[in-house]
Amino acid sequence: MDPKELKRVRLIKRIAQELPDGALVNLGIGMPTMVANYIPKDRNILLHSENGFIGLGGTPEKGKEDPRIVNAGGQPVTLVPGGCYFDSAMSFAIIRGGHVDYTVLGALEVDEQGNLANYMIPGKMVPGMGGAMDLVVGAKNVIVAMEHVNKNGAPKILRKCTLPLTAVEEVDIIVTDMAFIRVTKKGLVLEEIAEDTTVEEVVKCTEPKLHIPGTIRKF
Amino acid sequence: MKPILTAEQAVEKIKDGSSLMVGGFMGCGNAFTLIEALLKKGSKDLTLMTSDTAFPEVGVGKLISQSRVKKLYATHIGTNPVSGQKMNSGEMDVTLVPQGTFNERIRAKGAGLGGVLTPTGIGTAVEKGKQKLIINDKEYLLELPLGAEFAFVKAEVCDKYGNCFLPAATKNAEVSMAMAADYVIVEADKIVEPGEMDPDRVTIPGVFISAIVKSEIPAQNLQQK
Repeated sequence: MDPKELKRVRLIKRIAQELPDGALVNLGIGMPTMVANYIPKDRNILLHSENGFIGLGGTPEKGKEDPRIVNAGGQPVTLVPGGCYFDSAMSFAIIRGGHVDYTVLGALEVDEQGNLANYMIPGKMVPGMGGAMDLVVGAKNVIVAMEHVNKNGAPKILRKCTLPLTAVEEVDIIVTDMAFIRVTKKGLVLEEIAEDTTVEEVVKCTEPKLHIPGTIRKF
Repeated sequence: MKPILTAEQAVEKIKDGSSLMVGGFMGCGNAFTLIEALLKKGSKDLTLMTSDTAFPEVGVGKLISQSRVKKLYATHIGTNPVSGQKMNSGEMDVTLVPQGTFNERIRAKGAGLGGVLTPTGIGTAVEKGKQKLIINDKEYLLELPLGAEFAFVKAEVCDKYGNCFLPAATKNAEVSMAMAADYVIVEADKIVEPGEMDPDRVTIPGVFISAIVKSEIPAQNLQQK
């Protein structure tokens, strides 16, 4: 695995560790989807798919795809034993009603108030928000999974988001290739750093002030 | 009993400028036979309401790529690049709606409600021009009902009263759409006599259905497109 991929797997594994036994979880498209592969075997976690089911399973064997069962990205998937199907009204009642315990999704920018921008870049990328706005507002815990800096090396964790917001003050945890950061009322708290970085390095790559407790764990 | 029509007969009432809801998610649950009949009929300047615009050559996506739509309400258009091109060029007016709000607006219309109050979109571009209300110290957006003249629904089984069974992940917004349109056409893989369906397996009560069409195009695995 190339170093970038290894770092990505490390942050995905860290997020998987965060999900408690019995949780109902919605994973966003892309990197967050990988979390499913690293959920500890002893935890019973069900995945919610916003297009209409609980109990999202793995990819079907080739030739065994059922065109009636796709994930939120439109790819063929399976349903685990104990799963159930429903329509969009029920699916988004589950989401907005606070019945999803965790949602994990990517971000373009996050800021120290827990604001999230992840659905559009005006003039460049305007795909629509899909279910993201409902998920971020409705899920009990919102975890952002992303690279710490953008491809130009600039921080993605900002004092204030510059891109159009997906939701206001809803992000709880930010996990990157460098750090595990909790969003609190007093600001961002650096709880853990990746094993190949330093607190100084994380501070340098983060725009807002980070609160740094006495002990910082590594992951 | 509801009329059983050919796809051509069923789409006959749809005119240039008509409003149409099409159920489905990324093509999963699209009424392919009805969409093909509508393409063949040539209706244009449609107002289309659909969860997403699938892919350029798949299901509802073809209505976009073959330039039949003037106004689009959708939650996501990222998988069909033609939608983005037509939006940017101004050829198609696009309103992007959060998916939960999209469904609730349609359900509100079908359920006789004056709108819904949702926390989704507060503090974002979605709140622009909308009334905000504070209920029990929490802020909500007032989202108004959304209806259409026509809706296309895809069922696996439908009886002659229009009772529909929609399996697995094909239900999505179809249930709400069936409630919110004036003339609802169901495309069914199988049409059965009253009494042949388990009443507990009815996803959409027949009361919402206007006409039934036998499906000629089976569901497909769509992701390759």
